[in-house]
Amino acid sequence: MPMIAFVQPDGSRREVQAPVGTSVMKNAVLNDVPGIVAECGGSLMCATCHVYVDPADAHRVPPPDEDEDEMLEVAAAERRETSRLSCQLTVDDGLEGMTVHVPEGQA
Amino acid sequence: MTRIVVVGAGQAGIGVAEALRTTGSSAEITVIGGEEHLPYERPPLSKEMLLGKATVDDLRLRSADWYRTHAVDLRLSTWVERIDRQGRTVVLADQAPLGYDHLVLATGSRPRRLPVPGADLDGVLNLATPSDSLELRHRLSRAGSVVVVGAGFIGLEVAAAATTMGLRPVVVELADRVLARVAGPVLSDHVAARHADRGVDLRLGTGVVELRGADGRVTHVVLSTGEVLPADLVVVGVGSVPSDGLAVDAGLDCADGVLVDPTLRTSDPAVSAIGDCARFPLGGQPTRLESVQNAADQARHVAARLSGDDSGAPYREVAWFWSTQSDLKLQMVGVPGAQDEEVVRGDPATGRFSVFRYSGGVLTCVESVNHAPGHLLGRRLLAAGRSPSREQAADPGFDLKAFAAAPAPVARAQQSAVTS
Ligand SMILES: Cc1cc2nc3c(=O)[nH]c(=O)nc-3n(C[C@H](O)[C@H](O)[C@H](O)COP(=O)(O)OP(=O)(O)OC[C@H]3O[C@@H](n4cnc5c(N)ncnc54)[C@H](O)[C@@H]3O)c2cc1C
Ligand code: FES
Repeated sequence: MPMIAFVQPDGSRREVQAPVGTSVMKNAVLNDVPGIVAECGGSLMCATCHVYVDPADAHRVPPPDEDEDEMLEVAAAERRETSRLSCQLTVDDGLEGMTVHVPEGQA
Repeated sequence: MTRIVVVGAGQAGIGVAEALRTTGSSAEITVIGGEEHLPYERPPLSKEMLLGKATVDDLRLRSADWYRTHAVDLRLSTWVERIDRQGRTVVLADQAPLGYDHLVLATGSRPRRLPVPGADLDGVLNLATPSDSLELRHRLSRAGSVVVVGAGFIGLEVAAAATTMGLRPVVVELADRVLARVAGPVLSDHVAARHADRGVDLRLGTGVVELRGADGRVTHVVLSTGEVLPADLVVVGVGSVPSDGLAVDAGLDCADGVLVDPTLRTSDPAVSAIGDCARFPLGGQPTRLESVQNAADQARHVAARLSGDDSGAPYREVAWFWSTQSDLKLQMVGVPGAQDEEVVRGDPATGRFSVFRYSGGVLTCVESVNHAPGHLLGRRLLAAGRSPSREQAADPGFDLKAFAAAPAPVARAQQSAVTS
């Protein structure tokens, strides 16, 4: 199972084992990672699952589609180059060891 | 140590436990839930689960471990039978009574029954629990003729799932448009047209007067027009009633829901009520809402109070809701007025647009179709108390994000902005 690391704004780090095929968001929620609110349960309707993919890992994830791109524009925290909605990131073996950063706020 | 007992292990009840622990509360927390499943999200019951894309395990709000690691005493398959307010205890079906310092009622709501003869025939289903959803999926997969009673969210979601499964359901609705209680006419018409395109036979302004059956199984639905429709499956989605029986029996003030003050306390200050079961003051009107947002935000509000926030701050989060019906994603934010004026932003012909609704020139509500960014902007505007002019709302070139984020103008400027 690939390992994904979540880093909080204060630098604290949490590693979770993420089953292939699940979303990065779902793994955060079920492992009680703070700061991933995901209030719409992954329906691409809330933008409260915003994360920054570590720039070193950015090449490992496919680019956001048009809907996700629009939603990122209205996310609460500032949008950066590697901003993603974690409910749209599907875990696969290529993501082993990926680091994502949790923004300051989601709402 | 303070003992907090929560009745109801749904979205609201688990929300309280979670928010208490997030705010660092060391209270003793017990959550009592009548259902057997680990607490789960309900919305997918009429969406992903009905389409066979999710199981009840996929819907869990928290992992089984979470309750243990957060010292939340979760008692499933346990019904609270009675509240003894004098003794500050809850009486359980077959366990020792539990004492509380504060009690939170989060008992939710249950489907309204169809008040017509034949409503208890086999093949007449409601949708409120995972077993209902599984049963409905099973029956849809074998049904020939399906009648859905009620064109509210749940009825339309079921109709959408039925068309996806190759059926052509008839939807019967008493009002003259779909979603009449919750949406404006522009949205209603758009949604109705999309369902008609998918093969849904909509009968508006029509009631159901009787269900007929043979050998205890439903076979026909009799309409107020006199028409008799064949039906081997009838799905009832005619709203819900609050589960306020415990509160009524305990002598708490209730009126189609447990009445609470602006801080979500009931008529007994040691008892709060939140989520679907509670009726709270909203714009001066005692209001009961049924949405995940309302349950989650009210849970956080009560948890903050129980964690020592004694500011007496009233609950005033902006209400929002979503519904997915095949390829329609609907989102609404705010509470509509009866006589709202509607301004459309975007082009309905593209299938992606928002409707801004105004009452007395002030923005009350934003409805979005396949347009989540419009919905989020609506939430920002309503939360900030900012009301763009109708011209600004209609102008896709006008930057609503910047407008919502800008500092609120002084009262007079706001006045002229909304009346211009
Ligand atoms: C099919 C369906 C689809 C929905 N879709 C959406 C949607 O798309 N978007 C949205 O925002 N909302 C949706 N909703 C509404 C949303 O699910 C509810 O508003 C929300 O679950 C309310 O949370 P609650 O905690 O107040 O009640 P519930 O989640 O209903 O939880 C209450 C719990 O209390 C338990 N209980 C009651 N009495 C007792 C007792 N005496 N002892 C022990 N336990 C008791 C009940 O068994 C229940 O498990 C939907 C609802 C349904 C049924
Ligand atoms: S969980 Fe809502 S957009 Fe990702």
